[in-house]
Amino acid sequence: MNEDKNEEDEEQEMVEIFVMGKRYEVPEGLTIMTALEYAGYKFTRGCGCRGGFCGACSTVYRTEEDYKLKMDLACQTAVEDGMFLVQLPFMPAVREEYEIEKVDPEEHDNVLLDHYPEVARCVSCNTCTKSCPQDIEVMDYVQAALRGDIERTAELSFDCIQCGLCSIRCPADIKQYHMAQMARRIYSKYEQPDSDELAKRVKEIEEGKYDEEMEELANMAEEELKKRYDERDIVEEG
Amino acid sequence: MEDSYLYYPGCTLKTKAKDYESSAMKVMEELGRPLVEMDDWYCCGAMQSLTEDDIMHQIAPIRTMCCAQEQGEEKVVTLCDMCYNVLKQANERMKENEDDLETMNDFLDEDPDYEGEVEVHHLLEILLEMKDEIEDAVTNSLDDLNIAPYYGCMLLRPDNVAIDETEDPEMMEEILGSLGAEVIENPKRTECCGSYHTVNRSDIVEKRVEDIVSYAVNEGADAIVLSCPLCQFNLDFHQRATEFELPVFYITELIALALGLDIEMENHKIDPISLLEEKGIKE
Repeated sequence: MNEDKNEEDEEQEMVEIFVMGKRYEVPEGLTIMTALEYAGYKFTRGCGCRGGFCGACSTVYRTEEDYKLKMDLACQTAVEDGMFLVQLPFMPAVREEYEIEKVDPEEHDNVLLDHYPEVARCVSCNTCTKSCPQDIEVMDYVQAALRGDIERTAELSFDCIQCGLCSIRCPADIKQYHMAQMARRIYSKYEQPDSDELAKRVKEIEEGKYDEEMEELANMAEEELKKRYDERDIVEEG
Repeated sequence: MEDSYLYYPGCTLKTKAKDYESSAMKVMEELGRPLVEMDDWYCCGAMQSLTEDDIMHQIAPIRTMCCAQEQGEEKVVTLCDMCYNVLKQANERMKENEDDLETMNDFLDEDPDYEGEVEVHHLLEILLEMKDEIEDAVTNSLDDLNIAPYYGCMLLRPDNVAIDETEDPEMMEEILGSLGAEVIENPKRTECCGSYHTVNRSDIVEKRVEDIVSYAVNEGADAIVLSCPLCQFNLDFHQRATEFELPVFYITELIALALGLDIEMENHKIDPISLLEEKGIKE
């Protein structure tokens, strides 16, 4: 067994990367995150779900033959030979406070601009869009916010995972991701049509329709639970 | 889209000046030359940067030119005088200066290069061309209405973007003539309304407004007509500091009324309806 493993290691192609300037050799095909761990780094911050959903592992890198700085999520990006990189564990961007009950868009000229006036400094350079690991049209939602279009801001920014890379690249110091989160919250509270299905499901839960099933799952052995999960069938409610 | 115009709204037309947009849309629809909003457009920046090496602030207007280019259109029409001025100045700069265009295209990078072929127009230019069609379509002549046109700065200065004679414009006079309205001459019609001083120096704007409106009133005007949302706001809102109460119309509102179209007029601070009722233009 051990011999097999060593053989595999020998066959493994290695790539050269530079972490904060220090050179390492790591196996090809690793993500930036696992490559850093291979190199001996232990994450206490700057790492979350490892599945590309939480936005905690922002990374900045450059490849050998390109002058451009690139942005991505460390858990979603494979290492390349000659990569220079660093992790950004935290984004200290300002997030405005507001009470959701007091931000009715009908009662403000432009409620997003009231809270994030720097949105008006956008010069449409599009650097935010280019820095987004989620391929969101960030500049376009900033522009929508500027003209008071909360629905479009919410829709365009829907896939945002709050990594904050847009805002550290923005020459106008706009806090795109915080502003857009506010837009989505306002949209869902004041503008999005109510969901009948949600109300129905909440009522069913309150009436105890799922209590028995929940009880059964809660007391189930782990193996059985995994089996049930793998075999689950998602069907549309008739 | 042979018979339509590619329309660049600008942010104000979507917020403070919805009346202007909706009346313009209705008028152009009625005349068979509808305004079709661009698929994508960006805030023009609202004020042209005059600093020579400040290419950064030319990006937004040029990106909008690129959007028109990618839609296969060569003409962009805007309603707002500020947007017109910024888009046109930036566009002319790119057309006249190859180095600037190259710098711009280098920056735009992965996006398609701007070829410099798009033309920026103000709706007034289109309306003037269609003066005779407008006259033929009038069902509700504005005979009894004495109107003082007001141009402000942005349509006329600087010279290379002026849509009319800088010191003696007459586009609006001609358009008003086709509506049957009586044109009142206001010698202050090309003076500045105070512009963005409205934000933190309303005293300056109030002085400008008093000057402009008093001349119009002395010449017997019932109302002022213009084509700029910022001028409209200043002349309308800041009259509260004066002794006057002269309604301030967008030109498309008056055309819509003359064509018998039903329009909302909710952006006005000074009531425009009483005057229209008094003159028998609106019931």
